[in-house]
Amino acid sequence: MLRRALRLRLGPCLSGRGLGTYRRGSTLDWDGKVSEIKKKIQSIFPGGAWNPLYDTSHLPPERSDVVIVGGGVLGLSVAYWLKRLEKQQGAIRVLVVERDHTYARASTVLSVGGIRQQFSLPQNVQLSLFSAEFLRNINEYLAVVDDPPLDLQFNPSGYLLLASEEGAAIMERNVKMQRQEGAKVCLMSPEQLQKKFPWINTEGVALASYGLENEGWFDPWCLLQGLRRKLQSMGVLFCQGEVTRFISSSSHMETASGEQLTLKRIHEVHVKMDHSQEFQPVECAIVVNAAGAWSGQIAELAGVGNGPPGTMQGTKLPVEPRKRYVYLWHCPQGPGLEAPLVADSSGAYFRREGLGNNYLGSCSPTEEEEPDPGNLEVDYDFFQEKVWPRLAQRVPAFETLKVRSAWAGYYDYNTFDQNGVVGPHPLVVNMYFATGFSGHGLQQAPAVGRAVAEMVLEGHFQTINLSPFLFSRFYFGEKAQEHCIL
Amino acid sequence: MEFPRQEYWSGLSFPSPGDLADPGIDPEFPVLQADPSSTEPPRKPFQRSAGKRRGRGHKRAGGLDKMSPFRLHNPSKMAAPRASLRLVAPVWNRGTSGIRGLSKAVDPEGSQKKGRTLLQFLTDHFYDVEAVREYLLRKQVLKVQKKNRSFTYIKERYGPYVAGAYFVLKQGGAVKFRDREWMRANEQGLSSLEFRKLQEVPVEAVDASGCAINYQGLDNLLALKELQSLSLRRCPHVDDWCLGRLYQLADSLQELSLAGCPRISERGLACLHHLQNLRRLDISDLPAVSNPGLTQILVEEMLPHCEVLGADWAQGLKVGPEEQSRDAASSPIPAWPSAPPHQARSLPGCAERPTAHPSGSVGLTQLGGSGWGEGRRA
Repeated sequence: MLRRALRLRLGPCLSGRGLGTYRRGSTLDWDGKVSEIKKKIQSIFPGGAWNPLYDTSHLPPERSDVVIVGGGVLGLSVAYWLKRLEKQQGAIRVLVVERDHTYARASTVLSVGGIRQQFSLPQNVQLSLFSAEFLRNINEYLAVVDDPPLDLQFNPSGYLLLASEEGAAIMERNVKMQRQEGAKVCLMSPEQLQKKFPWINTEGVALASYGLENEGWFDPWCLLQGLRRKLQSMGVLFCQGEVTRFISSSSHMETASGEQLTLKRIHEVHVKMDHSQEFQPVECAIVVNAAGAWSGQIAELAGVGNGPPGTMQGTKLPVEPRKRYVYLWHCPQGPGLEAPLVADSSGAYFRREGLGNNYLGSCSPTEEEEPDPGNLEVDYDFFQEKVWPRLAQRVPAFETLKVRSAWAGYYDYNTFDQNGVVGPHPLVVNMYFATGFSGHGLQQAPAVGRAVAEMVLEGHFQTINLSPFLFSRFYFGEKAQEHCIL
Repeated sequence: MEFPRQEYWSGLSFPSPGDLADPGIDPEFPVLQADPSSTEPPRKPFQRSAGKRRGRGHKRAGGLDKMSPFRLHNPSKMAAPRASLRLVAPVWNRGTSGIRGLSKAVDPEGSQKKGRTLLQFLTDHFYDVEAVREYLLRKQVLKVQKKNRSFTYIKERYGPYVAGAYFVLKQGGAVKFRDREWMRANEQGLSSLEFRKLQEVPVEAVDASGCAINYQGLDNLLALKELQSLSLRRCPHVDDWCLGRLYQLADSLQELSLAGCPRISERGLACLHHLQNLRRLDISDLPAVSNPGLTQILVEEMLPHCEVLGADWAQGLKVGPEEQSRDAASSPIPAWPSAPPHQARSLPGCAERPTAHPSGSVGLTQLGGSGWGEGRRA
């Protein structure tokens, strides 16, 4: 009660109005005095963000070495690897700022949860292989004493990608590259496909690639909670709040060719609390942008893209939220237990869910059909018109199905080349990106987290070379295009 | 219906998004806040540098757990965790106890321990005890990894068959080469066995029951390309990922036993469809399989030429087997509480199967088109 009274009177910035009795005719600077006293007391009790006058337990600390904006699987993975690869235990203080602790709109928990190695870029295959190894040994990586082991509910059923005549040559090339990287993928002809999966209609299928190992789907919520638990035990600080402002300093430099550049360095992150105007400035050395679908907004706050278009200054982060639907239906005569995640050449995909003949699936809309990402409302007409006909054409048993429910989630869609953005920004020197994965972020999160942690701690990539995924490619126009997007 | 996924994300070990408290909770609820005069709890004795928040925050939440009226009696229900979560949710970085309380709340084994043991108490309050325990945990893991290393020298020198046999014998299993007897490591060790001479003789059967084989160690077994019978009973480290690798033995494997493996679930059993030459499969007593009877039916569908031993489909029934065959004539399909209604279709594969089977519940096969009339006893 006393605390609440003091808070009402003093407020977060110690305006000192309540103690007006001292103001009459005196030049005593109460604000300055209090902050001086606070600094003195803090020097006696170092290490904590402690305020003697009111409770600050819900606020983030006043300084932190690394601030990770976004508490989804990518942000937590970066935090995990930072703490794991630090040179001395407790050397780095990491703060994870997450706006919504229920993860109601986070892409991680709304994801279908698949993991595959069938990509067209070798880096993506390597990222995915590493992540599969991480998930396989998750109880060694994320073990916490006295806590039960994690069960990711992994289904090792594999992915089956189907290609028509036009895509067959590309698929063959991709599979060759994937096998060279170490993925266990095999090619199947339509006859072999018909024999193995009799419920598929192989009309129009020229070639199929089937992932045999390390591919399947799992429970992303479990991974998220496992990471959270482990991070809590490693001493990472969590805060529920929204990043509203970056305070940075600039220095003007000139390149060898005479071009003027402004290098920025972020010094403070303002974290605003939920349902209030209260905010806490957090002094930081490094900011990691893992905000998922909202990374573009965070980058704008940091000044990325403020400049004339066509220059590095003016290159924005091309990541925007795109809404994707997922539908759950029941089909009594559908494919059996052996069904992999089948992705048709038309873009529709589905997988089994549980033992009761339920299936999850969807289709990515074309550019013209993109739904409005303002809300997460589901459009069932999209299923009727776009998804169901394609599924029924490929799997005749799906002609009789009944939709049970559906949900929508965001892709942090990279409009440039649909691949992730990893690494530092060339001009905002202490902001690192780990975003823009356009639907395959969850499956690459452990590996990307490690790459970003290596970049932060060592200055270069060590395990997997992700230099095609740096930010500078947007300025130079070097696309690292990923063709196999679901 | 903000979170429609709740309906079918069943069997979660952690609550789904909708179960967490909404942010409207007043953070000034007095029980939850630590003493505001020390946001940083007092340091543990003998501690190293900063990082963890323990001490007071933990104790308070632990006490809350005990006196909470929402103490769980049945942790597998989702409603109870929601209630206890409402109380601990705002205390995210009040120490690890919030998460620990969470995991205990939804973990069935944890809730059976009444109160924390002395060791757990010490671990919570002393960094060094925790470090020692983490080290011991790590050592256990390394021990298993060491047992499963690959014997490259032996493989190069004597060939894959001898290397695989050596691996199995060292783990404590038994090996049968073609036209020879079963071999097992005895007190004199492995050198007394003359299997090194058998470089060209393929291994036909492996009995690795109770061995600590894991994903890495399976490499040695998968090199045995003419293996016909594999028994992985009660292997504690064989999980769904391992089953995903067994397709490499598809050409030769005829008999597989997975009985009693604690980590195998129906998701791993789904990848056995590659083993088309399999004739006998034993999937009895798998504790991690959520619905043994249904799983057996689906596996039987998936492998039409294979005889699947395992979950007795009548497991879920309340009446005894003798009474069942008596009731069969009078009552229709027996009530199986967990069976979804659409399962009562006739399974095409079962019609051709020979009706000679070992159990005595013959009466049930006369129950019309229902495919689960073939009750099997493990």
